[in-house]
Formats: sequence, structure tokens, C-alpha cells
Amino acid sequence: MPFIPHTDAEVRDMLQAIGVQSIEDLFDEIPAELRSKPLQAIPEGLSEMEVTQLMTARARQDGTPLSFLGAGAYEHHIPAAVWEITTRGEFYTAYTPYQAEASQGTLQLLYEYQTMMSGLNGLAVSNASLYDGASALAEAVLMAVRANRTSKSRRVLIPRTVHPHYRKTVRTLVGNQGIELEELDYDRVGGHIDPASLPETPEEFAALVIPQPNFFGVLEEVDALTDWAHDRGALVIAAVNPTALALLAPPGQWGATGVDIACGEGQPLGIPLSSGGPYFGFLCCRQEHVRQMPGRIIGRTVDVDGKTGFTLTLQAREQHIRRSKATSNICTNQGLMVTASTIYMALMGAEGLERVAAASHANARSLVQRLSALDGVAPEFDRPTFHEAVMRFDAPLADIERSLTVRNVLGGYSLGADYPELENCLLVCATETKTEGDIASYVDLLGQILTKRRDAKCPVQPKM
Amino acid sequence: MSNVPADLKYTKSHEWVRMEDDGTVTVGITEHAQDLLGDMVFVEVPEVGRTLEAAEACAVVESVKAASDVYSPLAGEVTASNEALADSPETVNQDPFGAGWLMRIKPSDPGELDQLLDAAGYEAHLAAEEH
Repeated sequence: MPFIPHTDAEVRDMLQAIGVQSIEDLFDEIPAELRSKPLQAIPEGLSEMEVTQLMTARARQDGTPLSFLGAGAYEHHIPAAVWEITTRGEFYTAYTPYQAEASQGTLQLLYEYQTMMSGLNGLAVSNASLYDGASALAEAVLMAVRANRTSKSRRVLIPRTVHPHYRKTVRTLVGNQGIELEELDYDRVGGHIDPASLPETPEEFAALVIPQPNFFGVLEEVDALTDWAHDRGALVIAAVNPTALALLAPPGQWGATGVDIACGEGQPLGIPLSSGGPYFGFLCCRQEHVRQMPGRIIGRTVDVDGKTGFTLTLQAREQHIRRSKATSNICTNQGLMVTASTIYMALMGAEGLERVAAASHANARSLVQRLSALDGVAPEFDRPTFHEAVMRFDAPLADIERSLTVRNVLGGYSLGADYPELENCLLVCATETKTEGDIASYVDLLGQILTKRRDAKCPVQPKM
Repeated sequence: MSNVPADLKYTKSHEWVRMEDDGTVTVGITEHAQDLLGDMVFVEVPEVGRTLEAAEACAVVESVKAASDVYSPLAGEVTASNEALADSPETVNQDPFGAGWLMRIKPSDPGELDQLLDAAGYEAHLAAEEH
């Protein structure tokens, strides 16, 4: 059924009233060379039944492997109540309703979300969410360049320890806006940005991005990095894992004065992996930068009768009011994902989230310890980590991964493609969902695969 | 008809300009402009030292109704900004030609002042805009 309310007769009547022959005639002012061509590669539409069958088949391809893969999306336990409540009719919509007179429940939920994210990040303000962690970082970069009143520079320093996909996304979104991104290399022993390696008097820059933990799972020296950038007139953007913040110092407390902006991927807070999305991005900042913040912000106020109510606020930042001078062209948020994560955080509480983080950290340590005991496997970096770590193998990783896949195990994220110097290095992750038994069976399996490889080095090729 | 002081210069985009003894000019928005915009909730003024082109957007006045750019009446360098407006934007409503000033500019070409409207010219512009 087409969701278009007008009948053909009505369309004809309207066209006749304004004196044109067809809908096409309404667009004849647009030169032909500016019109988009029909999309050749897009196949014909499918029925609901066909789509369901196709998507079921695709979902089956994911399988249900025992997974030690993280690298930006994390498998955490999601209490059944989270999606049971999220999918209630009162919350479940395809598009976030913002009308204050009709949507007090949704607005209050978004306000609660903002309050929780502000608390987790130790910063005064949170927006109502963005599309995902990578685009949130791109928005944070644009925001920092606008908000820096000390420096007119449009240079932003972004360490190579930031997720490679995030760096790519940032480049795509800000590359044509006159912003120059400069990558900082990491310390090969620690796997972190060594503050001592940073220049005393660098060329002027607008902002520094600090990941915590970084893409290798390694904890950065956030206090020293924050102060280094602030002392040189730059703003600081934290790109953080929200689960880790239950244990680590919030960005608002880094260094002498705290960061200016914090952002990250919200998926770990109650959103299933779902083959990569939808997820949501979060963005928080200091009060003084709020007018440079992109996205929707919900405020609490009182109505004419003095009763508490919730409404969109600070809308003069947004494109329906500021047009081309808006802080962003994002005028919505990931409402449904945020609903789930707000319920997740409310159910877990500060203590529950801390236990998730602590259990993940303990499991990852146990995994690294056991893997290190295998012949030919060693941790690549010597700095503390959160729930991921880089392990170097003395054999071709592609072969080992193939053997693991056959046994229905996802061993981790192979780093060679993104970091040529980390060929045969695997980024492994363990969250609270991994039992001692899971970890033991992964390590045993790896041990068998590695042993078999060594034994196979005989002069006679094994028959296939 | 709103108040249009005779000793000031004006732009068609509703800024006023007062020549000071030290060779700088003070800039604000007119009583008519603040009346159209309504209650101010936020004013963003330019940084001291910023170089402005004539007609460059250099400040933002945000009211309960709208957010509007303020345009520099002439080219020059910002020598002072009214930072007090950050905490009391309503001053622009209460005293637009006095305490509600936005910035002071050192004109790079004082001759540009002659191209601005005088009070009579601005009043005529307002009358024309009403039609």
C-alpha cells in the first residue's frame, strides 16, 4: 500500500487549479543536467514477505559464534526488560515526536538520558544523541573549531589510536569544510600517545582528540594530554567508551580543568550488535560551549500553571531557525536507541554499570593472561587496558582466523589492514558475557591450531 | 514610531553607529530592531582584535522569537565588545542606544561613515519597510 494520501483524481484537480499538465512540469525550472538520473543499480521493490525472507537469510549468515570481537561494537548482556519496555506502544515510533503539547513522555525520557550522560561524562550538558559514535566525533571536531575563541586555527590533531573507521568518517564529514586533520603517531611499546613525545611548541591547532580507552584497548594518559592541549590554547575532545566511564575518571575531570567536549558510541548501553546498527552517538560539553553544540536538546521548565514540563530548548542553534549558519544539519536524534539505553542505564544503576565494567576488565585480563601462555602469542603493548588488548602472533593470522571460523569462534579483529606495522596482530575483547569456560575453550582451540601448524611443518605435504 | 536619535548614523539592516572622540565608533541595534525581535535571551559579540569587512555578520542577537545576525556597518578592527550582555541580554531591549551597545570598531576608512544613513534617512527607510 502506498502511503500517499492523495488519489489520482485529487492530484489532477490540484494540477488543473494551478494550470499545469503534470507533476513533472512543476520541476521544469531545474536544468536537466542538475536532475538526478534514475538509479540503475537499484533493483525492483520487494514485497514484505520477500523482504522478511531475505533479511532472515542474511541474519542467519551472522550465525551465533563465540565472539571475542570488539573493535568499537561490544557484546554486553541486555536485561530482557530493556527492549520489552522500549517496544511498548508509548515509546515505539519510527520518528521521535518532539511536540511539547503531545509528547511529554518522550521528552522526559530524553531529558533523563541527557542527565545520565552528563553524569557519566562529568560535563554540564548533553544533547539528545546523534547518529553514531563516528559521526558524533565528526560533529565534535566541527564544534571545537567553532567554539575555540582563542585560536583561529582550523587544524585538529587526531591520534592514530582513534578507531580507524572514526578517522575515516571524520575525514569524510569535515574534509571539505576547510578543516585540516593531522594524525599523531603512537608509542610502539605502550600503544598509547606518549605525552613526552609531543612538541613543546607545536604549530597552532584548534583541538586535540583523546580516545579513552583507545582503539587498542589501551588507557591513554588523559590528564597530561588534556593539559598539554589546553596550555597551547586548544580545546580537548574526548572520544570515550561509556561502559569504561563507570570505572575511569570522567572526561569532565581530566587534567586541571577537564575536557571541553566528550563523545562516543552509545551501543554498549543496551543496544544489540545487529550486524552493525542502528546505534547512537552521544555528545556532551561544558556549559560555555552549549550554543555551539549540534543536535536536539531537551530542557525542563514550568508551564503557565507552574507545573513541570519538558520541551526542546536552545533551538536557535538549529537549521530550522539558523538556516545555513546552524551548528549542524542534524535535526533529530536516535530516539528509539536512546530509549533503550536510558532504560538500560536506569535498570543497571551506577553500581550495575560499574560491575559490568569491572567484570569485563577482569575477563579481558584473564583472556590476555591465558593467551600469553601459548607458544607464539604475546601482548603487543605494555600499558594497562580496559576490556580489549592487542596480541601478536608469530604465524600468519589469516590462516589461524580461518581455522577459528570453522570452529564457530570469532577470535578478534585483525589489525594488519588498518595498521601495516601490526601485521599478524589481533585485537581481542572479553566483556562480562564471557565465562571462564568460554575463555578456556577459545584459548584451548587456539593452542590446538597453533600446535597443529607447527607439527605440519614436515617434508611431506599433508593430503587434503 | 520608535525613537531614532538624531546624533547617530544608521544602516538599512537596523544597526546604529555613534562616532566617539577617540576615532572609534560604537555599534548597536536600533530600538526598532529590538522591538521586532522581542525579549533577548542571548547576545554573542565579536572578539576584540577581530578584523571586520563592511556588512560582515559579526554578532548574533537571539530572542524568544528568532536568532539574527548583526552586520558590521563598516570595515575596521573590533576594539571593545560589550561582554556584560552575556549575563544580561535584556539590556539590549531596555537601553538599545546606551548600555545595550554591542561593540566598538576602529574604522579602517572613516570615509565609509558618510555612506551610512542619517536619522532622517533611517526614518524614511522604516516608513518604506512598513509598506
